[in-house]
Amino acid sequence: MTGELAATQVIIELLYLVASVLFILSLKWMSSPTTARHSVWAGEIGMVLAIGGTLLNRGLDYRLIAIALVLGTIIGIPLGRVAMTAVPQRTALSHAFGALCVTLVGSAEFYLRTPNISRFMMSVLSLEVILGGLTVTGSLMAAGKLQEILPQRPLTYKGQNLVNFLLLAVAVAIAVFLVLHPEAKSLFPFMVLIALAFGVLLIIPIGGADMPTVISLLNGYAGLSAAAMGFVLNSKLLIIAGALDGSSGLILSIIMSKAMNRSFTNVLFGAFGQVQTSAAAGEAKPVRSATPEEAAAILSAANRVIIVPGYGMAVAQAQHKVRELYDALTKRGVDVRFAIHPVAGRMPGHMNVLLAEADIPYDRLIEMDEINSDFPQTDVALVIGANDVTNPAARTDASSPIYGMPILDVDKAHTVMVIKRSMNPGFAGIDNPLYYLDNTLMLFGDAKAFVGSIVRELTGGHG
Amino acid sequence: MNGSSDLINALFIFVLAGFIGFEVIRRVSPLLHTPLMSLTNALDAIAVVGAIMLVGEHKSTLATVFGFIAVVAATSNIVGGFMITDRMLKMFKSSHPAAKPAAKSVTN
Repeated sequence: MTGELAATQVIIELLYLVASVLFILSLKWMSSPTTARHSVWAGEIGMVLAIGGTLLNRGLDYRLIAIALVLGTIIGIPLGRVAMTAVPQRTALSHAFGALCVTLVGSAEFYLRTPNISRFMMSVLSLEVILGGLTVTGSLMAAGKLQEILPQRPLTYKGQNLVNFLLLAVAVAIAVFLVLHPEAKSLFPFMVLIALAFGVLLIIPIGGADMPTVISLLNGYAGLSAAAMGFVLNSKLLIIAGALDGSSGLILSIIMSKAMNRSFTNVLFGAFGQVQTSAAAGEAKPVRSATPEEAAAILSAANRVIIVPGYGMAVAQAQHKVRELYDALTKRGVDVRFAIHPVAGRMPGHMNVLLAEADIPYDRLIEMDEINSDFPQTDVALVIGANDVTNPAARTDASSPIYGMPILDVDKAHTVMVIKRSMNPGFAGIDNPLYYLDNTLMLFGDAKAFVGSIVRELTGGHG
Repeated sequence: MNGSSDLINALFIFVLAGFIGFEVIRRVSPLLHTPLMSLTNALDAIAVVGAIMLVGEHKSTLATVFGFIAVVAATSNIVGGFMITDRMLKMFKSSHPAAKPAAKSVTN
């Protein structure tokens, strides 16, 4: 090795070191919205340094690399410009892309190195392609469900978990065989194919309400597979980035499953689809409903209002109308805040992004734990497109499938108003006793149209 | 020999980076969980460096083809991921815009 070559290697490694530091700073600055925009800068600079450093390696075919980079940029730009309502499916899609990269690199490395692969290396390589492979198809399935190309209802069948476990067991068995006999080239594609099939089957039984947990989990898998790739390529930078991404995904999954009072395994293998049909089929109990005029009168007489947004608000694209409502009420001196349940929507933080897009200041968006004690002193709790996260059965009814799940205590407000299309039970098919309470008023209609009518009443009456 | 010390080094780095990740990400505001995910996604696409080597070194046709697709996939994550993260973060505004940028110290 010549001195010059060694010097280049040192420079490359130092650039990678700086990139690692910038990546960590980037995540650190996400701790507050005031510093968060530095995050993107730090991440971008780190990325440019890392890619630039890699290109310093001698004897690379720059032409082909350049074509690939340009092509990736062309695909990436529209993915960076999707509407905010499409962010969950975009995120799932990008997990698939990330995992695709990892799986392809892992596979290529296998064929380049076989049969001279140490046992440890083959174990990590198998982990990389199995995790990567199942993340590719799992994320594509999740994206398809979120985009509503695929049916959103969970599909379950008898022996589903057994089939999944067996499939995974076969993939692991192939991996073990390859660890012992890395020259058995012909088995490798089967391992990858099984991982891909497993990813599909894993997401089939997952319903929309579980998406926040599943997206987080897939995020974690993508990170761990990238870290495994770092071991294979002996790249410290990749190990660090993968470990950061992996821990991020795992922390988010823990937060999400806690917010649903369920374990990981329960989310993945317990399919929420086992709908309590008995509850949904119960006899029609009386509910009280109100018109937009009545709702507007109650809201304008209130001092404190808490709005509880849910996935229904996103579906109806009602966030901008909600902003108008917020403005109209604030102008009248009403204190309006938003209560955000960790699993409201289809991914972690989904509601915050939609409301921020509608220009609602982030200091009005309050986390569940912080705002729950304020409901008893609240005049009106207005629920827009949220269901299970407000279901008091989670506190009281031990037979409810969501029993024990932390909820927003909207029923403790003086008046509860719920905007809902009809009395059909929510996505999880669980009946919500909130709707039959004496202090609850049902506002039947499309969220966007109904909020619009309330706003018209409020602004029309005022001037 | 050298291989196993590489492995131990790599494990050290993985475990320590994992700890840093846990501590740093635990402190991320729940407000920003969506941009956090798109940011980590973009950072994770650093896997592009491995793919670039595959394309550039041209060791076999298969490796070059796989590497090429991998570079395209990862680059689209880098570009799209940073773009959308920045767009989202731009939207988060405080209700005290008049206050000085150091609004953090403002009481209540």
